Amino acid sequence: MRVSGFPPHSGNPARPALTELLESALVRMDKLAVQRLYLESGLGPLQFSEQGVAPALERIGDRWDRGELSLSHVYMSGRICEDFINTAFTEHPPAEAPGERIALAVLEDFHLLGKRLVGTVLKSAGIRYLDYGTATVGQLLEKVQMDGVRILLISTLMLPSALKVRELRDGLDQLGIKCGLIVGGAPFRLDPGLYREVGADACCDNASAVLPALRRLCGGVP
Amino acid sequence: MTSMERVLTALSHREPDRVPLFLLLTMHGARELGLSIERYFSDHEHVVKGQLSMLKRYGHDCIYSFFHASLEAEAWGGCTLFSDDGPPNAGAPPIRDPETIGTLAPPRVLDSPGLVRVLKAQEGLRQAVGDSVPIVGVVMAPFSLPVMQLGFEAYLDLMFERPELMQRLMELNSAFCSEWANAQLAAGAHAICCFDPLASPRMISPDLYRCTGHPAASETMARIGAPTATHLASGPCLGTVDDLVSTGTAMVGVGGEEDLAEIKEACRGRLTVLGNLNGVRMRSWDEETAIAAVRSAIWQGAPGGGFILSDQHGEIPWQVPERTLQLIADTARGYGRYPLPGGRG
Repeated sequence: MRVSGFPPHSGNPARPALTELLESALVRMDKLAVQRLYLESGLGPLQFSEQGVAPALERIGDRWDRGELSLSHVYMSGRICEDFINTAFTEHPPAEAPGERIALAVLEDFHLLGKRLVGTVLKSAGIRYLDYGTATVGQLLEKVQMDGVRILLISTLMLPSALKVRELRDGLDQLGIKCGLIVGGAPFRLDPGLYREVGADACCDNASAVLPALRRLCGGVP
Repeated sequence: MTSMERVLTALSHREPDRVPLFLLLTMHGARELGLSIERYFSDHEHVVKGQLSMLKRYGHDCIYSFFHASLEAEAWGGCTLFSDDGPPNAGAPPIRDPETIGTLAPPRVLDSPGLVRVLKAQEGLRQAVGDSVPIVGVVMAPFSLPVMQLGFEAYLDLMFERPELMQRLMELNSAFCSEWANAQLAAGAHAICCFDPLASPRMISPDLYRCTGHPAASETMARIGAPTATHLASGPCLGTVDDLVSTGTAMVGVGGEEDLAEIKEACRGRLTVLGNLNGVRMRSWDEETAIAAVRSAIWQGAPGGGFILSDQHGEIPWQVPERTLQLIADTARGYGRYPLPGGRG
């Protein structure tokens, strides 16, 4: 399953007008406008995040995918959302989300930008996850088994790291662990068939495509 | 024609005897010598032997004296992480506190053992081939080097939030980049390929590039005493061709997301186009696919000269087998002969 488009949002319905206004504010890097939209929406932080921020980030990711925006737009949009979430959720922490246990990792690389972008998208959608940081295949196998993770999101930058997902898949199979693998990063963009070759279940062409990928893999809300 | 004559003709936007081919091979030299990647890059003589051996094997049109990008990170205080099956990668970024940029000084090239190894390799290669084959040296552009110096996130934060430190860093990097490039030219390189993936609109918006990376690139190019190429390392270029032309660069290394014929048209007479075979997919090409890919790139990019066939990223992955490289070289030599098939050009 390759995910790059912008499918309809399931779960809490997105508000098209709010999403559009937020998208525009984020691309302009207008923090004050984001705050104003939140206050005017009459929504709680989680609802605002799920119905406005997450779909806006999905649209921004989709526009990056189509070459209409740059990674700098995606990053700064994510940072503004991260600041909003950190502030708003400090006062109203979201309840532990039911469903599958999700973890996020970078496979053998010190460049963590992709992971951070995915983390922001997950937080904005109210999805709790375990942050494994940078890890080797062996460390991931151990952690996935220990934490009972059912979906592992893997960001890669270099081709050798992307190819190591195969080792991870084989290791999981040998241990009899059922864990969905969702991958993303430059090597998977450059070779659309690579994610199948390494045994991943889904591949995201941009950070915000993680939400539709999770919905599809979980058959609904993760 | 010698390789040098072929390349210079293409660079002057005319058709040489055949389409020049740059196989930008680095790690394959280790396999050629039966060494690990780490051991291969630890001694300049290995790289000299490896590059000459690959030149003989494939008969392509350049010597690529690039070791790995993390050598520049090492010069700034960083480190290199080696792997058995891929390019050496930069470790943790050496600039941990952006505030230190204010008092930072660029490292001296000759104080960095890694950079000195590259210079020694270029000396040896130049002695071996003289001016018959272009020796390409590599630098990271001032605008893209900070991804290794600071890490991508910290760099983007700096770019948006600390313009005065950003400006200072561009000045430091421009000074280092031009000194490093000129040292390579003095050692034996004929031209410099400046890797600037962040100049691609895929990474940084063109508006932001124009007021940050572009002035730094222009200043650096002006200080480098030989022709330069700008490589976007698989990034799209159509949104920034005019900007690249105005930096003074002579060539652009392009990715595969955009139509090569369209890129060629946008660059015609202004920039030579270098590209754009997909190195990641190249790993699993069969004979038919390899031939089709080479023919397609030549068909789209080569008419009228101003084109050098190469990969799209500036480095062919370790996983690409030698038989595929041989097929690419053979097909380029046969199909790329001017006048092109069908009288194109």
